[in-house]
Amino acid sequence: MSFKIAPSPHGHNQRTTSEMMRWVCYALVPGVLLQSYFFGPGVWFQITLAVATAVLAEMACTVARERPAFSALRDNTAIVTAILLAISIPSLAPWWVIVIGTLFAIVVVKHVYGGMGQNLFNPAMAGYVLLLISFPVQMTNWLPASTISEHSLTLWQTLHTILFEYTPAGYSVEQLRAGIDGVTMATPLDTIKTELTRGYTLTEIYQGPEFSYFAGAGWQWINLGFLVGGLLLIQQRIISWHIPLGFLAGLCLPAFIAHIFAPDLMPGPIVHALSGATMLGAFFIATDPVSAATSNRGRVIFALLIGFIVFVIRSWGGYPDAVAFAVLLANMCVPLIDRYTRPVVYGHGD
Amino acid sequence: MSLFGAVIALGVLALIFGVILGFAAVKFRVESDPIVDQIDEILPQTQCGQCGYPGCRPYAQAIADGDDINKCPPGGEATIKQLADLMGVEPKPLDDAHGEEDVKKVAIIREDECIGCTKCIQACPVDAILGAAKQMHTVIEHECTGCDLCVEPCPVDCIDMVAVKPKPETWQWDLDTVKENIKANSIPVKVVE
Amino acid sequence: MSDVKTVNRDFNTDIIGQFPGGVHPPERKQPASSRPIRRLPLPAELILPVRQHIGPSGKVLVEVGDRVDKGQRLTEAGLSQGLPLHAPTSGIIAAIEERPTAHASGLPEQAIVIHPDGEERWGNKHALPDYHDVEISRLLELVQEAGIAGLGGAGFPTAQKLAQQKPLKHLIINGVECEPYIAADDRLMQEYADDIIAGTRILQYITRCDSVLFAIEDNKPEAIKAIAAAIDDDTQIKLKVVPTKYPSGGEKQLIELLTGHQVPSGKLPMDIGLLMQNVGTAYAVKRAIIHGEPLLERVVTLTGEALEQRGNVWALLGTPIQHLLDESGFNPEKKQRIIMGGPMMGFTLPSTEVPVIKTTNCILAPTDHELPAPGPELACIRCGACSDVCPATLQPQQLQWLAKAKDYDELEKHHLFDCIECGACAYVCPSEIPLVHYYRKAKAEVRNIAREKAKAEQARKRFEARQERLEREKQERLERHRKAAEERKKMQQEKASRPDSKTDSGDEKPAGKSAAVAAAIARAKAKKAAQAAKDNADEDSSAKGNES
Ligand code: SF4
Ligand code: SF4
Ligand code: SF4
Ligand code: SF4
Repeated sequence: MSFKIAPSPHGHNQRTTSEMMRWVCYALVPGVLLQSYFFGPGVWFQITLAVATAVLAEMACTVARERPAFSALRDNTAIVTAILLAISIPSLAPWWVIVIGTLFAIVVVKHVYGGMGQNLFNPAMAGYVLLLISFPVQMTNWLPASTISEHSLTLWQTLHTILFEYTPAGYSVEQLRAGIDGVTMATPLDTIKTELTRGYTLTEIYQGPEFSYFAGAGWQWINLGFLVGGLLLIQQRIISWHIPLGFLAGLCLPAFIAHIFAPDLMPGPIVHALSGATMLGAFFIATDPVSAATSNRGRVIFALLIGFIVFVIRSWGGYPDAVAFAVLLANMCVPLIDRYTRPVVYGHGD
Repeated sequence: MSLFGAVIALGVLALIFGVILGFAAVKFRVESDPIVDQIDEILPQTQCGQCGYPGCRPYAQAIADGDDINKCPPGGEATIKQLADLMGVEPKPLDDAHGEEDVKKVAIIREDECIGCTKCIQACPVDAILGAAKQMHTVIEHECTGCDLCVEPCPVDCIDMVAVKPKPETWQWDLDTVKENIKANSIPVKVVE
Repeated sequence: MSDVKTVNRDFNTDIIGQFPGGVHPPERKQPASSRPIRRLPLPAELILPVRQHIGPSGKVLVEVGDRVDKGQRLTEAGLSQGLPLHAPTSGIIAAIEERPTAHASGLPEQAIVIHPDGEERWGNKHALPDYHDVEISRLLELVQEAGIAGLGGAGFPTAQKLAQQKPLKHLIINGVECEPYIAADDRLMQEYADDIIAGTRILQYITRCDSVLFAIEDNKPEAIKAIAAAIDDDTQIKLKVVPTKYPSGGEKQLIELLTGHQVPSGKLPMDIGLLMQNVGTAYAVKRAIIHGEPLLERVVTLTGEALEQRGNVWALLGTPIQHLLDESGFNPEKKQRIIMGGPMMGFTLPSTEVPVIKTTNCILAPTDHELPAPGPELACIRCGACSDVCPATLQPQQLQWLAKAKDYDELEKHHLFDCIECGACAYVCPSEIPLVHYYRKAKAEVRNIAREKAKAEQARKRFEARQERLEREKQERLERHRKAAEERKKMQQEKASRPDSKTDSGDEKPAGKSAAVAAAIARAKAKKAAQAAKDNADEDSSAKGNES
């Protein structure tokens, strides 16, 4: 009788990387549903395109590195990267934008650095920054939320726009963004930034159609959607609370202080928390384990840093939102953070 | 604008890290042994002469003077890699003109056949053979480097080179070998009644 | 659970420290913990590896064909480490040969094989019911002679551990048994609480320690009750109930739990005034001193769903595992695993012909359903789950990269050798990386490199010594040559100067003189020839030596 030889331990707590990544996908659902409600079904096309590109790129890379084609796919991480990137870009961005971004994220950021687990930078965000730098126009073409928009696109119109950059009726995305008065509408964060420079106060700016209840129309609900998903991840112990909390604290505390001193110039913490990619960043992007710090203490520092950089760039930088830049900058600091937060090994204290 | 900011920030960060690294490299540099000693440290000290030099130290000297690093079969790939690291050159495959990498062996003298000629004693580079003229000789197993040099001189061919058997405490946790270990050793049970 | 609470309140259970990390794998101690320890029929043969778990092997005292009594000594222990071996039952020495050992490698070792005769005939026993007027050194000798080794961990000879003379703050008795499935100590405490406490007092006497901390994990309410009852009102023994968490039974972790101190790396608990013994060891010490019985058997948990009759048994040392399985209704499935030890730290056995040894606390035969084999190893995602659970606060993910890169220097800098191989990291790793396996390999490799290095160093020294010797011999030879040459020269000079002297003194006998000279020359020539011959021979051999 021959027995099986195996290394210890002979059991496992049954939570695998693939499964964790699957949970991340589930947790994205509420946010993405809301996003497709407010910005049209384009996001689904973007996700489909991104996932397809990612899977093919991943297979090509593993084959090129002489491993079985499906071996790297098994952990589902490429799919998560693709989805995150697809959610982050404007829903009506032309198809080649997402394809280029995904290819860059998977091939360069992930595999050239040595494959899963070796990458210094968050692949989705590195892809996003590349796109933002290379195609600033396409990457900032966010439609106004459907509730305040003049146009709403059908499935076919959306697909047509993504493929050919015009609706079947010949409108460009630029034109779709125009409001009732014919003025192009921007994202809430954009609006705040530009209006402030034109001398308006925040109170006046909030009167605009882009805002309702707590923050930007549409955006606030999407953020809440991602918040719900993120809480689910924490409840499922897929992520720990350290990074989301650190991120939000790093962003909201300075925002709160600044808001007290300059209520008409500095948006308050709630506006920050529910605008742009805050919640997506806090719960889904900054929590990417590969490029984050490893110890819990390190994670808090890492996340505080991201939050703070987001605050700084949003307040004084040239870009309206800054999650991607902040994450990449913090990624660079990870080795340093890890170095100084490494816990003392048993028996090496005092 | 903030693009420039980002690029500049990245650049500055990279620069700072670079400076720190450079500084650390200078500050924490360790004073090292003379190169020949370091090379000799790496060589396996089998003293077999397969490299073409009379022992490891002469070969270490030769490497320091520019000879190839791939001439030592007992050291094999691992030694070549270490030498390459030390000398700052590319590792190359073992030069098979000098022999091939082999499992570790020790010499065993079939003592009943030994005629006590002392030839092997004279050949052994590490004095691992005990015995006197006309008396049976034996190998001090843990001193033997497995260099093979005593086999040739023996006039009655009573020296065998046998592979060193792994022991539980020297086993390298290679689970693939377990099945073999068991198979190779399941001797049928002798019953003595 | 409520049981535990009441017990907690009744006894001093305040735990000072806590240790980082740890995991909570399913405990599955039932049904082994609730069934009495069984006795099995004698096996057909007993296999006793001569070399004990730690230490060199002793000298074998018996020969094939000898009849031995139960408890008879079979080997003489070595001087420093090593323990004597005893016949676990009476019978006949059937063979002394290499047999596969109870080791993950399955490699063979010299073993004494006994065929029991079923008579259970005891040899001499030196019972010592009252040890209080006996010298401590004598008691230590008795513990050593009884062959007692730590029954919980690595099997270190107990007497040697006890003999370290340093003042003790606490003696810790470890009844934690944190590994899932295993209930051997649990059952022993339930059934032999009084003996364990008696053994504890002997250990106390030997170490002159008046403070005992008796630690039990809170998932063993019955054992806690039994031990509490046995301690009764002895104020020197304090029962400490520790919360269930793996690996709280690890020596270092338990020390941190009970005292709040860490054992400094590379040091022993002894260095901070602590000594830990397993409950099984305490029991064995009692049997050895009070009853004069050497360590011949131990409690082994037989468990796992591939066994019909799960529970604990008294197994004679040397009992083949196959015998234990046969006696417990073993239904192997395809690719069955047989694990010696628990699911976290145990190792799989390649064969069931290996014997029970002193450290064998459990034989686990799980079905794939209850302990699924890990899936394919995925890449590390640096999730940090492993470092969160590491009780030694290591960075398992970092160690793993380094182990794969074979960067042994960095591994040591990252304190690879402080890893206790508990397996918590691999248990939680979502990428199912067999982390501990990588560490074991790396450790073996580091040790191997150190060994090779020491050996190379030795060879270098011997080579150099030989070179020196050859050089010296050569110098001596040259010296002899020089002397011979000088002599020759002198003689020639004498020869040359002789005619002068002749003219000076004139009346010597020339014939006699020249005859003497001729003889001297002949002598010198002969000597020179002999020397030359010898030189040639020497040169030959030294040339050979140099070629090497
Ligand atoms: S070939 Fe033999 S003598 Fe030469 S360096 Fe290697 S071990 Fe030493
Ligand atoms: S005994 Fe033979 S093989 Fe061993 S070191 Fe000496 S010469 Fe070499
Ligand atoms: S638990 Fe596994 S995947 Fe996570 S950091 Fe540790 S080794 Fe990597
Ligand atoms: S096996 Fe080693 S590294 Fe892993 S958790 Fe245990 S002590 Fe830490």
